[in-house]
Amino acid sequence: MSARQVIRNISIADLVRYRLPVPGVLSILHRISGALMFVLLPLTLWLFDLSLRSESSYQQVRQATDGWFVKAILAALTWALLHHLVAGIRYLLLDLDLGVDRRTARGSAWTVLAVSLPLSLWAALIIFGVL
Amino acid sequence: MSVGARRLVVGAHYGLRDWLVQRATAIVLTIYLIILGVRIALARPIDYNSWVAIFVPFGMKVATLIAFVALAYHAWIGVRDIWMDYVRPTAIRITLQLVTILWLAACLVWAVQIVWKV
Repeated sequence: MSARQVIRNISIADLVRYRLPVPGVLSILHRISGALMFVLLPLTLWLFDLSLRSESSYQQVRQATDGWFVKAILAALTWALLHHLVAGIRYLLLDLDLGVDRRTARGSAWTVLAVSLPLSLWAALIIFGVL
Repeated sequence: MSVGARRLVVGAHYGLRDWLVQRATAIVLTIYLIILGVRIALARPIDYNSWVAIFVPFGMKVATLIAFVALAYHAWIGVRDIWMDYVRPTAIRITLQLVTILWLAACLVWAVQIVWKV
Protein backbone atom coordinates (compact mmCIF):
# COMPACT_ATOMS: atom_id res chain seq x y z
CA MET A 1 0.00 0.00 0.00
CA SER A 2 1.44 3.33 -1.01
CA ALA A 3 1.84 6.11 1.51
CA ARG A 4 -1.06 8.46 1.66
CA GLN A 5 -0.45 11.79 -0.03
CA VAL A 6 0.20 14.50 2.49
CA ILE A 7 -1.72 17.71 1.75
CA ARG A 8 -0.70 20.74 3.72
CA ASN A 9 -1.84 24.32 3.65
CA ILE A 10 0.63 26.89 2.37
CA SER A 11 2.21 29.03 5.06
CA ILE A 12 1.86 32.78 5.15
CA ALA A 13 5.42 33.29 3.92
CA ASP A 14 4.55 31.33 0.75
CA LEU A 15 1.99 33.95 -0.25
CA VAL A 16 4.56 36.21 -1.94
CA ARG A 17 5.82 33.58 -4.35
CA TYR A 18 2.57 31.67 -4.73
CA ARG A 19 1.38 31.96 -8.33
CA LEU A 20 -2.34 32.29 -7.84
CA PRO A 21 -4.28 31.77 -11.09
CA VAL A 22 -6.65 34.56 -12.18
CA PRO A 23 -9.79 32.76 -10.92
CA GLY A 24 -8.03 32.53 -7.54
CA VAL A 25 -7.25 36.25 -7.60
CA LEU A 26 -10.91 36.86 -8.37
CA SER A 27 -11.91 34.66 -5.46
CA ILE A 28 -9.84 36.49 -2.86
CA LEU A 29 -10.89 39.87 -4.30
CA HIS A 30 -14.50 38.72 -3.92
CA ARG A 31 -13.87 38.12 -0.25
CA ILE A 32 -11.95 41.39 0.23
CA SER A 33 -14.59 43.46 -1.57
CA GLY A 34 -17.37 41.79 0.42
CA ALA A 35 -15.58 42.38 3.73
CA LEU A 36 -14.93 46.00 2.73
CA MET A 37 -18.61 46.63 2.03
CA PHE A 38 -19.53 44.96 5.33
CA VAL A 39 -17.08 47.12 7.27
CA LEU A 40 -18.23 50.30 5.50
CA LEU A 41 -21.95 49.51 5.85
CA PRO A 42 -22.39 52.10 8.66
CA LEU A 43 -20.83 54.80 6.46
CA THR A 44 -23.15 53.85 3.60
CA LEU A 45 -26.21 53.89 5.85
CA TRP A 46 -25.17 57.16 7.45
CA LEU A 47 -24.74 58.86 4.06
CA PHE A 48 -28.00 57.29 2.83
CA ASP A 49 -29.80 58.60 5.92
CA LEU A 50 -28.42 62.13 5.56
CA SER A 51 -29.10 62.23 1.82
CA LEU A 52 -32.81 61.55 2.35
CA ARG A 53 -33.58 63.31 5.61
CA SER A 54 -33.79 66.93 4.48
CA GLU A 55 -32.55 69.46 1.98
CA SER A 56 -29.91 70.72 4.42
CA SER A 57 -28.70 67.24 5.41
CA TYR A 58 -28.45 66.46 1.68
CA GLN A 59 -26.04 69.38 1.42
CA GLN A 60 -24.20 67.94 4.45
CA VAL A 61 -23.53 64.80 2.39
CA ARG A 62 -22.05 66.97 -0.35
CA GLN A 63 -19.82 68.60 2.27
CA ALA A 64 -18.91 65.35 4.04
CA THR A 65 -17.84 63.80 0.74
CA ASP A 66 -15.80 66.81 -0.31
CA GLY A 67 -12.39 65.75 1.04
CA TRP A 68 -10.05 63.53 -0.95
CA PHE A 69 -9.93 60.92 1.83
CA VAL A 70 -13.68 60.34 1.87
CA LYS A 71 -13.68 60.42 -1.93
CA ALA A 72 -11.00 57.71 -1.92
CA ILE A 73 -13.11 55.60 0.46
CA LEU A 74 -16.16 56.06 -1.76
CA ALA A 75 -14.11 55.11 -4.82
CA ALA A 76 -12.91 51.96 -3.02
CA LEU A 77 -16.49 51.19 -2.01
CA THR A 78 -17.65 51.62 -5.60
CA TRP A 79 -14.92 49.29 -6.79
CA ALA A 80 -15.94 46.74 -4.14
CA LEU A 81 -19.57 46.85 -5.26
CA LEU A 82 -18.74 46.64 -8.98
CA HIS A 83 -16.23 43.84 -8.49
CA HIS A 84 -18.54 41.88 -6.20
CA LEU A 85 -21.43 42.32 -8.64
CA VAL A 86 -19.60 41.33 -11.82
CA ALA A 87 -17.61 38.49 -10.21
CA GLY A 88 -20.81 37.35 -8.49
CA ILE A 89 -22.61 36.99 -11.82
CA ARG A 90 -19.70 34.81 -12.99
CA TYR A 91 -20.08 32.64 -9.87
CA LEU A 92 -23.81 32.23 -10.50
CA LEU A 93 -23.03 31.01 -14.03
CA LEU A 94 -20.38 28.62 -12.66
CA ASP A 95 -22.99 27.28 -10.21
CA LEU A 96 -25.15 26.47 -13.24
CA ASP A 97 -22.16 24.47 -14.57
CA LEU A 98 -21.57 27.07 -17.28
CA GLY A 99 -17.93 27.72 -18.18
CA VAL A 100 -16.44 25.36 -15.61
CA ASP A 101 -13.57 24.06 -17.78
CA ARG A 102 -10.23 25.68 -17.07
CA ARG A 103 -9.88 27.64 -20.31
CA THR A 104 -13.32 29.22 -20.12
CA ALA A 105 -13.07 29.84 -16.38
CA ARG A 106 -9.78 31.71 -16.87
CA GLY A 107 -11.21 33.64 -19.79
CA SER A 108 -14.29 34.66 -17.83
CA ALA A 109 -12.13 35.68 -14.86
CA TRP A 110 -10.18 38.04 -17.14
CA THR A 111 -13.50 39.28 -18.55
CA VAL A 112 -14.71 40.15 -15.04
CA LEU A 113 -11.58 42.27 -14.47
CA ALA A 114 -11.89 43.82 -17.93
CA VAL A 115 -15.43 44.93 -17.03
CA SER A 116 -15.11 45.83 -13.35
CA LEU A 117 -11.82 47.74 -13.46
CA PRO A 118 -12.67 50.25 -16.25
CA LEU A 119 -16.11 50.79 -14.68
CA SER A 120 -14.45 51.44 -11.30
CA LEU A 121 -12.00 53.85 -12.91
CA TRP A 122 -14.89 55.67 -14.58
CA ALA A 123 -16.75 55.86 -11.25
CA ALA A 124 -13.62 57.09 -9.48
CA LEU A 125 -13.14 59.85 -12.05
CA ILE A 126 -16.75 60.95 -11.47
CA ILE A 127 -16.28 60.82 -7.68
CA PHE A 128 -13.15 62.95 -7.88
CA GLY A 129 -14.89 65.41 -10.19
CA VAL A 130 -12.62 64.80 -13.16
CA LEU A 131 -15.56 63.82 -15.34
CA MET B 1 -16.44 23.81 22.90
CA SER B 2 -18.88 21.54 24.59
CA VAL B 3 -22.23 22.74 25.89
CA GLY B 4 -23.72 20.16 28.23
CA ALA B 5 -22.52 16.57 28.24
CA ARG B 6 -23.14 15.69 24.62
CA ARG B 7 -23.40 18.77 22.51
CA LEU B 8 -20.29 19.79 20.60
CA VAL B 9 -20.77 23.45 19.68
CA VAL B 10 -18.35 24.60 17.01
CA GLY B 11 -20.09 27.52 15.33
CA ALA B 12 -19.86 25.87 11.94
CA HIS B 13 -22.75 25.96 9.51
CA TYR B 14 -23.09 23.08 7.14
CA GLY B 15 -25.41 22.28 4.34
CA LEU B 16 -27.06 23.50 1.22
CA ARG B 17 -29.64 25.92 2.56
CA ASP B 18 -27.34 28.87 3.26
CA TRP B 19 -25.50 28.24 -0.01
CA LEU B 20 -28.81 28.51 -1.83
CA VAL B 21 -29.95 31.55 0.17
CA GLN B 22 -26.70 33.34 -0.69
CA ARG B 23 -27.38 32.79 -4.40
CA ALA B 24 -31.05 33.81 -4.10
CA THR B 25 -30.20 37.00 -2.20
CA ALA B 26 -27.46 37.76 -4.75
CA ILE B 27 -30.07 37.66 -7.52
CA VAL B 28 -32.45 39.86 -5.48
CA LEU B 29 -29.68 42.41 -4.91
CA THR B 30 -28.65 42.40 -8.58
CA ILE B 31 -32.24 43.02 -9.69
CA TYR B 32 -32.62 45.80 -7.12
CA LEU B 33 -29.39 47.47 -8.29
CA ILE B 34 -30.69 47.40 -11.87
CA ILE B 35 -34.02 48.96 -10.78
CA LEU B 36 -32.21 51.60 -8.72
CA GLY B 37 -29.77 52.32 -11.54
CA VAL B 38 -32.60 52.82 -14.04
CA ARG B 39 -34.51 55.05 -11.61
CA ILE B 40 -31.42 57.17 -10.94
CA ALA B 41 -30.76 57.46 -14.68
CA LEU B 42 -34.35 58.58 -15.26
CA ALA B 43 -34.25 61.05 -12.35
CA ARG B 44 -31.24 62.97 -13.61
CA PRO B 45 -30.13 65.63 -12.92
CA ILE B 46 -29.89 64.47 -9.31
CA ASP B 47 -30.64 67.04 -6.65
CA TYR B 48 -32.33 66.61 -3.28
CA ASN B 49 -35.89 66.57 -4.65
CA SER B 50 -35.29 64.15 -7.52
CA TRP B 51 -33.22 61.90 -5.22
CA VAL B 52 -35.96 61.69 -2.57
CA ALA B 53 -38.62 61.17 -5.25
CA ILE B 54 -36.92 57.88 -6.16
CA PHE B 55 -37.76 56.40 -2.74
CA VAL B 56 -41.19 57.93 -2.23
CA PRO B 57 -43.37 55.38 -4.11
CA PHE B 58 -44.60 52.56 -1.87
CA GLY B 59 -43.31 49.93 -4.30
CA MET B 60 -39.81 51.40 -4.16
CA LYS B 61 -39.88 51.43 -0.35
CA VAL B 62 -40.87 47.77 -0.31
CA ALA B 63 -38.21 46.91 -2.91
CA THR B 64 -35.55 48.82 -0.96
CA LEU B 65 -36.42 47.06 2.30
CA ILE B 66 -36.49 43.64 0.64
CA ALA B 67 -33.06 44.49 -0.77
CA PHE B 68 -31.80 45.40 2.71
CA VAL B 69 -33.13 42.12 4.17
CA ALA B 70 -31.42 40.26 1.33
CA LEU B 71 -28.24 42.28 1.97
CA ALA B 72 -28.23 41.43 5.68
CA TYR B 73 -28.73 37.71 5.06
CA HIS B 74 -26.18 37.71 2.22
CA ALA B 75 -23.62 39.58 4.33
CA TRP B 76 -24.22 37.26 7.27
CA ILE B 77 -23.37 34.16 5.20
CA GLY B 78 -20.30 35.83 3.68
CA VAL B 79 -18.90 37.23 6.92
CA ARG B 80 -19.69 33.96 8.71
CA ASP B 81 -17.60 32.15 6.07
CA ILE B 82 -14.71 34.50 6.81
CA TRP B 83 -14.90 33.77 10.56
CA MET B 84 -15.19 30.04 9.86
CA ASP B 85 -12.12 30.13 7.62
CA TYR B 86 -9.77 32.24 9.71
CA VAL B 87 -10.81 32.14 13.38
CA ARG B 88 -9.98 28.84 15.01
CA PRO B 89 -10.78 29.23 18.73
CA THR B 90 -14.43 28.23 18.96
CA ALA B 91 -15.42 30.68 21.68
CA ILE B 92 -14.00 33.65 19.75
CA ARG B 93 -15.56 32.45 16.51
CA ILE B 94 -19.03 32.09 18.01
CA THR B 95 -18.71 35.46 19.71
CA LEU B 96 -17.77 37.11 16.41
CA GLN B 97 -20.67 35.36 14.69
CA LEU B 98 -23.12 36.58 17.31
CA VAL B 99 -21.75 40.13 17.09
CA THR B 100 -22.10 39.95 13.30
CA ILE B 101 -25.76 38.91 13.59
CA LEU B 102 -26.57 41.62 16.14
CA TRP B 103 -24.71 44.22 14.10
CA LEU B 104 -26.51 43.31 10.87
CA ALA B 105 -29.86 43.23 12.70
CA ALA B 106 -29.17 46.74 14.03
CA CYS B 107 -28.23 47.95 10.54
CA LEU B 108 -31.46 46.45 9.21
CA VAL B 109 -33.55 48.32 11.78
CA TRP B 110 -31.64 51.49 10.89
CA ALA B 111 -32.36 50.91 7.18
CA VAL B 112 -36.08 50.43 7.88
CA GLN B 113 -36.14 53.69 9.79
CA ILE B 114 -34.31 55.56 7.00
CA VAL B 115 -36.53 54.29 4.21
CA TRP B 116 -39.84 54.57 6.04
CA LYS B 117 -39.32 58.20 6.99
CA VAL B 118 -39.11 59.31 3.36
